[in-house]
Order: sequence, then C-alpha cells, then structure tokens
Amino acid sequence: MSASLRVEDLTIRFGGHVAVDAVSCAFQAGELTAIVGPNGAGKTTCFNLISGQLRPTDGHVFKAEREITNLSASARAKAGIGRAFQLTNLFPKLSVLENVRLAVQAQQGLGPVFFRRTSAYRNLRDAAFNYLQTTRLDAKAALPVTALSHGDQRKLEIALLLALKPDIFMFDEPTAGMSVDEAPVILELIEEIRRDRSKTILLVEHKMDVVRSLADRIIVLHNGALVADGKPDAIIALPLVRDIYLGMPAEKAS
Amino acid sequence: MGELKNTAASSSARVVRLFVYGLIGLIGIGLFLAPMLFPDIRSQEVAARICIFIVLVASYDLLIGYTGIVSFAHTMFFGIGAYGTAIALKQMGPGWDAILVGGSAGLAVSFVLAALVGLLSLRVKAIFFAMVTLAAASVMAVMASQFSDFTGGEDGIIYKTPRLFSSATKLLTDENGKVLRIFGVKANGKTAAYYFVFFGSLVLYFVMLRIVASPLGTVLKAIRENEMRAEALGYKVVLYRTAIFCIAAVIAACAGILRAIWLKYTGPETTLSFAIMIDILLMVVIGGMGTLYGAIIGATLMSLGQFYLKDLMQAASEATAGLPLIPDLLDPDRWLLWLGLVFVLLVYFFPAGIVGTLTRKEANA
Repeated sequence: MSASLRVEDLTIRFGGHVAVDAVSCAFQAGELTAIVGPNGAGKTTCFNLISGQLRPTDGHVFKAEREITNLSASARAKAGIGRAFQLTNLFPKLSVLENVRLAVQAQQGLGPVFFRRTSAYRNLRDAAFNYLQTTRLDAKAALPVTALSHGDQRKLEIALLLALKPDIFMFDEPTAGMSVDEAPVILELIEEIRRDRSKTILLVEHKMDVVRSLADRIIVLHNGALVADGKPDAIIALPLVRDIYLGMPAEKAS
Repeated sequence: MGELKNTAASSSARVVRLFVYGLIGLIGIGLFLAPMLFPDIRSQEVAARICIFIVLVASYDLLIGYTGIVSFAHTMFFGIGAYGTAIALKQMGPGWDAILVGGSAGLAVSFVLAALVGLLSLRVKAIFFAMVTLAAASVMAVMASQFSDFTGGEDGIIYKTPRLFSSATKLLTDENGKVLRIFGVKANGKTAAYYFVFFGSLVLYFVMLRIVASPLGTVLKAIRENEMRAEALGYKVVLYRTAIFCIAAVIAACAGILRAIWLKYTGPETTLSFAIMIDILLMVVIGGMGTLYGAIIGATLMSLGQFYLKDLMQAASEATAGLPLIPDLLDPDRWLLWLGLVFVLLVYFFPAGIVGTLTRKEANA
C-alpha cells in the first residue's frame, strides 16, 4: 500500500540550531500515528513543515506521491492536509458559528463569492452547525470566540478541522488544558475518525494513557531526530524511550 | 435579580441600537430630500459631498476596518476616477460618451494599478505596504501637477458636463415656460445632477453592503483577525487582499467620477490631496472601523463640522458678545481648534467609533 503522506530527510535549521533533523517517515491511511518526545523535540515544528507554515531547509514532503514541499499552507489545506493547532489559533472577534462556517466555506470553495449573501447558502450554516453539534458547541454558536473557555476553544479548533474534511488529520495536543470531562469528547471524535479507516491521523500528545489507547503506531522524536518508530507496546518498552521521555515525569504539556 | 439587570441592560441596548439606526435613517432621508429641505447652493454642495464621501469612506473601511489593510493610496484611486472623467469631458466635450469613456478608463487604470500594487506588495508587512501606497500616492500627485497639458497642473481642469446637469436646463416647465417647482424644488439640471450623485452613491453603498455580507466578507474579517489561520484553512491571503484592494479602488474611482460630474472641476485639492486622505481616515475612525454604517455617520458629522462649525461659532460668538473672553474663544477663526477638540473628545468617548462603540456595548449587554 502506498503511503498517504511521506516525509523524506525533512530538516529545518534556525540559525545554528537544527530543530528537525533529517526525519524520514511514511504514514498510511487508516493509521493513527502518535508523535511523542520531550518538549523541544521538534514535534510541532515537524507539523508546521508538513502543513506548510514553515518551509524545510532540506528534504521533501509528499502527499500520496505528489510532492508538496513548495506548496503554500493554503494550497496544502486544499490538497487535504488539515491541521488543528496547539495554541488556540482562531478568529477571536468572530462568532463561534462564523469560525466554523469559514472552514466549511473554504472546503466548498465559496470564499471568493462576493455578490451573494452568505445567508443565501443555507447549507453553509447547516453544515457549520452540524460540526458544532458534533463538538458539543451548538449552544454557544452565537458567542464570540473570546467568550469561550479554553476547553471550548480547543473543541472549536477540532470543529474547524473536521469542517475542512481533510484526508490527513493533524492534531497537536488536542486535549491539553481540557478538563477531565471535556477531553473524552475529543478523544471519542478522534477515535471515530480512526474507525473510518480511510483517513491518516497524526497526533502529537504528551499523555501516555491517551497515546496508548489510541495509537496504532508511535514515533519518538528527540532533539529533532526520529529515534524510534513502531507499535505502541514495543516503543513504550524501549529503554531509550523510557530514558528520554518517560524518564521525565515532570514534563508537562506546554 | 441578575436576570432583571440583564433585561434592563438589553432593553437599553435596544434603545441605543434604535438610536444608531434612527440616526442613519434620518441622514438617509435628509440626503434624499436635501434639495427640498435645504435648497440653498451651499447646502447642496454639502449634501453632495456627504453622499460621495460616504462611498469613499465606506470603500476605505473595506480595507482598513474589514481586512486590516492600511493604505494611503485611496485618494489616488479617487483622483484617477475623477481625472479620467474630467480629462475626457474636457477633450471630447460635454457628453455622456465622454463620461463613459473617461470613467471607464479611470476605473480600468485604478483596477490595474491596484492589482499591481496589491500583488507586488500585499505580501509584505502592513507598515511596508502603507509606505508603498504612500509613495504611489505621492507619485500620482506629482504626475497630476507635472502633466499639466492634460491635468491642468495645480489649477486643475474646469469643464462642462452633459446638458442634463446644467443649471440652466429645464427638466419640467409650466405653461409659461418657466422651470416647474416640485415641493419648492426647481426641476432643473442642478437637481438632476444631485440625484445622479445621490443614487449613484446609494447603489455603490448597497454593493458594499452586499460584499460585506457575502462569503468573501467573512473571509476578509478572518484575514484581519488571524491571517495565518485563514491561510491554514485554505484561503490564499494575498489574493484575497489584492481582490478587496482592487474592489475598494474601483469603488473609490466611481466616487471620483461622481465628484468630477458634480463639481465640474477637478484638481489636486479636490481629489488627490493628502488632506482628503486624512479626512477619510478621520471619518472612518469617528464612524467606527469595520462597520459600513459608521461611514455614514463619520462622513456626515465631519462634513457638517467642516462646513458649519464656523457659522455656529459666529452665531455663538455674537450671542455672547457682552461676556468677557468667551466671544474671543468662540471666534470663527478658531474653528479648527474646536473641530480638533471635538475629534479628541469623540475618540476618547467612542474609542471604536460612534457606531462601533454603541453597537459593541449592545453586544456586551
């Protein structure tokens, strides 16, 4: 089976610092890959290189064998790479519904329409509302994002990602900062996407219990380099991993 | 208790909102009936100026308020529309064909120039873009004064407009061949010209209302709020910015055409000058950025202030003639000081502009 997403010798340097160091890896559809590693290991930077917020110094990114290394972030989003951000990264003054509607609108290619009222597209609103129901935000649809709690903003972040209908889902610590009763909603959603078996899911996560229960495969990054890659049980058992990652229980989600 | 408070707050918010919309409606009706309500020539000048500036300010708000683009080249596009029309009317004679040719040329040049400036420089940071537009606007102003064979240089161009708009034209006459008066309004060319400006502005304003309510309108706000995220959703930010920059430029050029037809004179002072750019900025800020209704209130208040504050002060100064100091303070020569003071107070009490602040309070309630 050919990979749905592949990176080859992916490298980025900031001055003398090598943040991501020659990472090569392929991801399959239907597979949930957790990316773990201590803070500063290059997980989010890796995500930025794949979704196009950063350009690599060296190396290539392929989506289903098509090279996308030189595509902009917007072109990659259109190509089906969807990304939820680690730090809440929304449109603060717009309403919750408008935020999701923007994603639906982007997915349907309606952005450039300037001579029809948005309200004339009932399906836009309905679709957006659906995603809010899925993420249990429907009661807050009319509020501005600034009025949402941190947990709700994270949920909205997920709603936006779902609305883009990507084939590659990238979650960057989706449950960080969420309360105990909020996190299961998100994890259930991720689990649902995984059950579909046609999507590729990349998940950066610090919580080992989450990783263990969701992941089909774990990749370990350390100082920007890929140091281990395999089935969860095997990876967690590795002494190297215990050393560099699990050996630091003080490590908290940033 | 809290609920009671809430209802009180939301009902007062409703009153405020009603007040804002009532004021806007009043301005609209006032402008529509201006020839009847204020038949003197000066008032008509003010009314026409308000109409045109509402369009100009609203189109600028599409950039600065909705999308977060700071441009100083808006008067440049305004001027290109006006000069295109003016030059054609001068060279081809006063006909509709001249307006069509000159106006279209103005719109086309504005569009192309906006597309070039946009694509070349909207990817850089806001401050650099502002500098680029400032430079472009200065170049255009210098060109207008240098190519004096076409533009009349600093003196500008005086020309005739189609016969329909000439004051001597009688649209309707009574049995004696005199101009018919409808509700006291002379049915002459001046009135026709006013309504041409009024309805032209109205159409342009509704076009802009439609644009901000469209899917594109939301994308613009998204770009203003979080450019990087808009890009991550799949919106090509540079293209959207360039698109709205072009749209705003073309609308400003349309306003320029109206101005050229109304004034029958086009010169640097009436279209290209930096003073007008500052007026536009102040009007946007006073009315409220990111709300097209703000343009109506901003343009109206500012224009009324610029035209009538002096008269008002003259009257006040005479009325207080017996008192010490006060008549001197209210001397009409000091009108700019008072206008400045009013601006400072407006910005202090309405930090998000009049419409912006009032409707935001309503949203918080």
